[in-house]
Amino acid sequence: MATHTEQLTRPAVQLRGLTRSFDGRTVLDGIDLDIPAGQFVALLGHSGSGKSTLLRAVAGLDHEVAGSGQFTAPERISVVFQDSRLLPWRRVLDNVLLGTDGVDRGRAALEEVGLKGRERAWPNELSGGEAQRAALARSLVREPELLLADEPFGALDALTRIKMHALLRELWERHRPSVLLVTHDVDEAIVLADRVLVLEEGRIGLDLAIEPPHPRSYRDPLLGEYRERLLKALGVTEDHA
Amino acid sequence: MSALTTTAPAVTEAPQAVRRKRRSLSPGRRLPAARLVGPVLLVALWAAASAAGRLDPGAIPAPWTVLKTGARLWTDGTLPDDILTSLQRAASGFAIGLVAGVALALAAGLSRVGEALIDGTVNLNRAIPTLGLIPLFILWLGIGETFKIAIIAIVVYIPIYLNTHAALAGIDSRFVELAEVQGLNRFQFIRQIVIPGALPGFFVGLRLGVTGSWLGLVVLEQINATSGLGYMMFQAQNYGQSDVILVGLVVYGVFGLVSDSAVRLIERRVLSWRRTLSS
Repeated sequence: MATHTEQLTRPAVQLRGLTRSFDGRTVLDGIDLDIPAGQFVALLGHSGSGKSTLLRAVAGLDHEVAGSGQFTAPERISVVFQDSRLLPWRRVLDNVLLGTDGVDRGRAALEEVGLKGRERAWPNELSGGEAQRAALARSLVREPELLLADEPFGALDALTRIKMHALLRELWERHRPSVLLVTHDVDEAIVLADRVLVLEEGRIGLDLAIEPPHPRSYRDPLLGEYRERLLKALGVTEDHA
Repeated sequence: MSALTTTAPAVTEAPQAVRRKRRSLSPGRRLPAARLVGPVLLVALWAAASAAGRLDPGAIPAPWTVLKTGARLWTDGTLPDDILTSLQRAASGFAIGLVAGVALALAAGLSRVGEALIDGTVNLNRAIPTLGLIPLFILWLGIGETFKIAIIAIVVYIPIYLNTHAALAGIDSRFVELAEVQGLNRFQFIRQIVIPGALPGFFVGLRLGVTGSWLGLVVLEQINATSGLGYMMFQAQNYGQSDVILVGLVVYGVFGLVSDSAVRLIERRVLSWRRTLSS
């Protein structure tokens, strides 16, 4: 526990005045953000609010996007996308090992995500949830200091999503990377993250620490308050009348 | 629980169908030896018509006459010689066309400079009917083997280039992003993502190229040759030996079928990860 708090004092990600624009339309407007090492952060926002743009900027995937600002990010970054993005011509284990080697570590990662025995399967033989587990294993095997996840569970059914939430949190507990989880699902953010950011018109509109201990239940009344505040920040009212 | 029990009688009221009948859109299970059914039927029809005396043996000799002629030509050594010559031409032209098609497609698909230099040029080449180049090539290269191999190579490289290049250009940009995230270098990216991703397109081009090599061969050997299968058939035409012409056609057909099957076999092996309608 002592080493954990010590880690938290050193920021893993540091953004200063990060600005990005597409065709003159400013999507990120001078973002300042520190993510301490080992923190689990969720980034909420409407579609088009720039949350994926922010993630892609940190991942270094926005080659042809105009912008300015400074950021520091760790050396070892893994990205999990909304689609599993497994190469259909490689077996599951070879997909996990894409860009690295170490068959044993690959097998171990697959076992961790509950895919032991599926090493030799082809990606098109996997269900959506299994494919996303394999994608998680692929990101784990690189022992990332920062895990970026762009709506990783957005394409999964509700039951699978709940299982994947538990799995992601469990993996985080064990490996302690910093996590930036982009999502539009308020409940997902509250249940998983220790800190939730709301992106609004290119700026961070709300920065909320979520304190209840883990594991959190979706029905925990304590979480209701957070939900209300976040929905309000997102401009959504729960009034269905 | 009560909801379940009340719906139960509704199920037992309609016990006729075990499963709901729904029209299947898949073509269904393969017939055994499906590819042989048509040809065998055709030969049977031919044999029956010959036996019944409905065909003029001077125009279309009976199957057994063709077989006998084939056996005679084989034992006196002319047929093996001609086949060998033709095979060598087709193989050399095909090999050159294959290498050129793949190399140009990679160069055009992997660099913008290469694309600018190559793609338009190949499409210009494609617009000119290759067989129309024969007179020019004879002037340039003489009437020997070289020009024949050159023409076959051109016929082969164009479909291989076009399909491979299209496949390279069509590599999913999401996979490019993945390669960047996973920290692949350029060489790993090409070997692990670009090439496997372009293979399905390459095989389409390969099959067209194999067919093209035989097509080019037939034309070349019938107009400017002093040896080979086409020459044999051309001579037979002068002497009115329709059985010899048919022997030549059968050999061409067998080669075409065998080479196409070989490519398909390799394709199935290499692309075993694909499960499509044809599997």
